[in-house]
Amino acid sequence: MSDMAWIDAALTAARPQVIGALLRYFRVLDAAEDAFQEACLRALKTWPVKGPPRDPAAWLIFVGRNFALDEVRRRAKQTELPPDDEIVTEPEDTQTELAERLDASHYRDDILRLLFVCCHPDLPAPQQIAVALRIVSGLTVREIAHAFLVSESAMEQRITRAKARINGADVPFDTPGAPERAERLAAVSTMIYLLFNEGYSASGGSAHVRVPLCEEAVRLSRLLLRLFPADPEIMGLNALLLLQHARTPARLDAENNIVLLEDQDRTLWSRELIAEGLTLVEKALRHHRPGPYQLQAAIAAVHAQAVRASDTDWAQIDQLYQVLESVQPSPVVTLNRAVAVSKLRGAAEALAMIEPLEPKLGSYFYFFGLRGALLSQLSRPDEARVAFSRAIALANTAAEAAHIRLHLDRLQKDTDHTQGAKAHAAKRP
Amino acid sequence: MLYSVLCYQSETLAAGRTKQEDDAMMVRLMHVQEKLKAEGKLGPVARLMPTTTATHVRAGKDPMVIDGPFAETKEQLLGFYVLDCASLEEAIEAAKLLAREKDHGTLEIRPVAIFNPVGLSK
Repeated sequence: MSDMAWIDAALTAARPQVIGALLRYFRVLDAAEDAFQEACLRALKTWPVKGPPRDPAAWLIFVGRNFALDEVRRRAKQTELPPDDEIVTEPEDTQTELAERLDASHYRDDILRLLFVCCHPDLPAPQQIAVALRIVSGLTVREIAHAFLVSESAMEQRITRAKARINGADVPFDTPGAPERAERLAAVSTMIYLLFNEGYSASGGSAHVRVPLCEEAVRLSRLLLRLFPADPEIMGLNALLLLQHARTPARLDAENNIVLLEDQDRTLWSRELIAEGLTLVEKALRHHRPGPYQLQAAIAAVHAQAVRASDTDWAQIDQLYQVLESVQPSPVVTLNRAVAVSKLRGAAEALAMIEPLEPKLGSYFYFFGLRGALLSQLSRPDEARVAFSRAIALANTAAEAAHIRLHLDRLQKDTDHTQGAKAHAAKRP
Repeated sequence: MLYSVLCYQSETLAAGRTKQEDDAMMVRLMHVQEKLKAEGKLGPVARLMPTTTATHVRAGKDPMVIDGPFAETKEQLLGFYVLDCASLEEAIEAAKLLAREKDHGTLEIRPVAIFNPVGLSK
């Protein structure tokens, strides 16, 4: 890394901690962001000359806080103060040490609070994610707009509106007790999970996978686990995202077509991410406190450990889904379990399992995709065609629609083949 | 004498490297390793997984197992080398070769007191 790249990386790495601390001081998100911005500008001026400080985050908190205090004083006195450079706003090491001591004890709750204010319950999930990417991750509006495939001005508006909501809401500034902390942790986990899903299987637009969103979600889940290193569900969340993200290089072919799990070239999976994810699953299991993220991570781990698709331990996956169904009942979980059941006991049983789900999953792409696939396996092409057509109508991305069209083409070929064979047989004397 | 070279870096900062930057750095470090190997100085080398994967076992009659990391420290142990050098001076020179190829952090040279090079298959 060059000097400038190093500074850039240091500013990004320090961002959640610094804005979190500044938010605690100023209690207004905009003020915290402005102060951080100013501190970064000073860092860009000072660090290349004096060298980077021993603790970049403490330096930035100190400078950001002083900048904002100067602003307040300036406004209060309405008098001329000496120009910026003459005010002592850059800390010596002894001062940063003090700032460090003051802030280290708040470190965890500061970052959690910052993440939590982005998860305001009034904000729809896409807005929570957009605001978190802007405030916590420091992505530019342009980068976020690009990731969501909307115009920059539309994203600017969305974020401004969301921030107004957040600024108008009561941000909880007291140090949280255990129940509040658990509640915040759950809200933040969900937001990170949704962020990952948005990248993993885009809810709209032309790109089916948006890698930067997945990478950011992995980064935030690691950050959260560093704050709560002994929480098995956070281990599970981090593991789940790592194990899923490990498959990214194999999920689309050269023409951007979806490659199903069973058809993926498993040598393309990231062994490094899988090893990290498996370790975390093991660590979490030692706690004997299973939860939804841990169970999903354990399922992803079973897939990750199968060298070939045919080696997959479907019985174990079926069992894990059954536990997940009891912990977190949801028709989508049952739908996923049906895949394991189809592998273990055949398509007929799986189909019987998913038929009752239609009222709840009547507008769910994967429901009709799976139903079509099961009906094809059962040689019921006409019904399969109906299901696949419904799936295409519900597809979220072009890649999903194209994938289902492949199924339809295959069905057509099979029908042609059978009809051709019949015609051929009829011609025979 | 055997020296360990312990690589301390800020983990969050190291995670800020792009894949390309990281790959490029690893290639440069490989060249240094090749040189040290040719000189007969290179022992085992390891890069460690993130500290979030760490587990601590507290010494005692009834060892307690704790999920690490304990606290937010500025820099974390992210990897290490074992080098066979004739003197501390030589170990410092070797560590400098590595340090020049790294973007930040500190290399700590600690002489090895006991070394048990039991063969591992991988």
